[in-house]
Amino acid sequence: MIISIASGKGGTGKTTVATNLAVSLGSDVQILDCDVEEPNSHLFIQPTIEEVETITTPVPEVDMEKCNLCGKCGEICQFKAIVVIGETVLPFLELCHSCGGCMEVCPEKAITETGRELGVIERGHRNGIEFVHGKLRVGEAMSPPLIKKVREYTNPDILTIIDAPPGTSCPVIASMRGADFVLLVTEPTPFGLHDLKLAVGAVKILEIPCGLVINRSDMGDDQVKKYAKEEDVPVLMEIPFDRRIAEVYSRGEMIVEVMPEWKERFLELYHSIEKIAV
Amino acid sequence: MKEIVIISGKGGTGKTSIVAAFASLAENKALCDADVDAADLHLIMDPEIKERHDFESGRTAIINQDKCTECGICRDLCRWDAISADFVVDSIECEGCGVCYYFCPEEAIDFPLNTCGEWYLSDTRFGPMAHARLGIAEENSGKLVSLIRQEGKKLAEEKNLDLLLTDGPPGIGCPVIASLGGAASVLIVSEPTVSGRHDMERVAELAAFFNIPAMLCVNKFDLNPEQGKAIEAFAREKNIGVIGRVPFDPAFTKAMVQGKTIVEFDGRSEGCEAVKTIWKELAQGLEI
Repeated sequence: MIISIASGKGGTGKTTVATNLAVSLGSDVQILDCDVEEPNSHLFIQPTIEEVETITTPVPEVDMEKCNLCGKCGEICQFKAIVVIGETVLPFLELCHSCGGCMEVCPEKAITETGRELGVIERGHRNGIEFVHGKLRVGEAMSPPLIKKVREYTNPDILTIIDAPPGTSCPVIASMRGADFVLLVTEPTPFGLHDLKLAVGAVKILEIPCGLVINRSDMGDDQVKKYAKEEDVPVLMEIPFDRRIAEVYSRGEMIVEVMPEWKERFLELYHSIEKIAV
Repeated sequence: MKEIVIISGKGGTGKTSIVAAFASLAENKALCDADVDAADLHLIMDPEIKERHDFESGRTAIINQDKCTECGICRDLCRWDAISADFVVDSIECEGCGVCYYFCPEEAIDFPLNTCGEWYLSDTRFGPMAHARLGIAEENSGKLVSLIRQEGKKLAEEKNLDLLLTDGPPGIGCPVIASLGGAASVLIVSEPTVSGRHDMERVAELAAFFNIPAMLCVNKFDLNPEQGKAIEAFAREKNIGVIGRVPFDPAFTKAMVQGKTIVEFDGRSEGCEAVKTIWKELAQGLEI
């Protein structure tokens, strides 16, 4: 089973839920941290990293000996990533989406592909928990191809927990698509509700069953619960604001380890997901 | 006219609440919400929309089944596996590269422009505002961010305003990169947690990569003063101006629930006092 943990709004507690759920289960579980722009799960899981792999995406390289400046590469490129100017071809590699169109269209076979670094994937484990995350190179704009690479490490024999990025655009879709269940973590505030509605919209487009965790459930108003009821989205867990939890989190510690009474609650959360997703 | 962009790396550190407070404190400014993916500033600014425009960007391939001979060239060329065995394009996977459209020997593929959001020019009780809404599950958020910042700048210049206050997106990817170019400065709003620190370091590196001067404030500082000080020390090392600390104050949430800035909600709250000090420092730093 694949559970993707998403939110719409940032900072609602996705990583807290993903890591504490994984540690509560303890074994036969993997975390894929797909928030490759700002991955944080490793700060809590503290895995031993065993493999580091640099991920690249193909971008064009032009052999000016062969190029006759016909300009077809610039015509096919939708991303303005290659253009013929005067007596030369200028590739803007950071804009390239790696579609291969320029190489395919070049009548002189003057274009080959080289790699642009997207970032790295690090893999490791902590006890019975497998750990994989992507780290986008600072300055790189495109996260979805790196997210897709992280997801290639999905182990179908065990439970996969995906820590998704905030928002509802392409990186989030890349982190939710193909999941069996989406767990949406929100807070009961106007910002939380507004962004939750967008996230529920995205989940509906992908036709994945979903449920809600309301974090800091006593700070705000009752509009999130009202919305959940109207939309028939089950509330699977509530985490009240507790300064101790906030402090535990701030130090990079796990709630279920410092406050063991929470382990049972995270296991209950998993069982309610199992019932809905299967 | 100067633009200050408020970013954070990590989401949920309080960017929008702090931008809203600045909106209450600053004079002669326009506002811009560049977090187009999950825009929230309008929930406090309560804008009266004066102009509404479609945001058109990117294209998606559509195969015309009547013309398609199922030769398979498009499937071979598509690097996104977006074309199914029965030759239907999955619009979510389609990258909009147009390679299938270009090479289809039967001209059986259409490649129309997408409408993937809306953008607005509005009036608010704090001045004019440019904001946008990216459609759910859409791409091209970076382009919409660039567009809305351009519109924000135009608003400010037309009305002879000194400042554009831009609420930026979380992360360090495409929309954040699009929110940095040409900014006078960025203010990084961090929080004193291991995540806040980790993410602040990455977004600070990004600002440096694009040569944008940065300033820092740490929100909810008292949750973990040690961590807060470590973040400030890192900032100083990187020549990032440390311009203040905001205490954890439930008044921010209470203000948000009422659709108010913290300055409007409780001008004497600890949070408000802290934001006032930060605003003063910021205004001095920007020479406005």
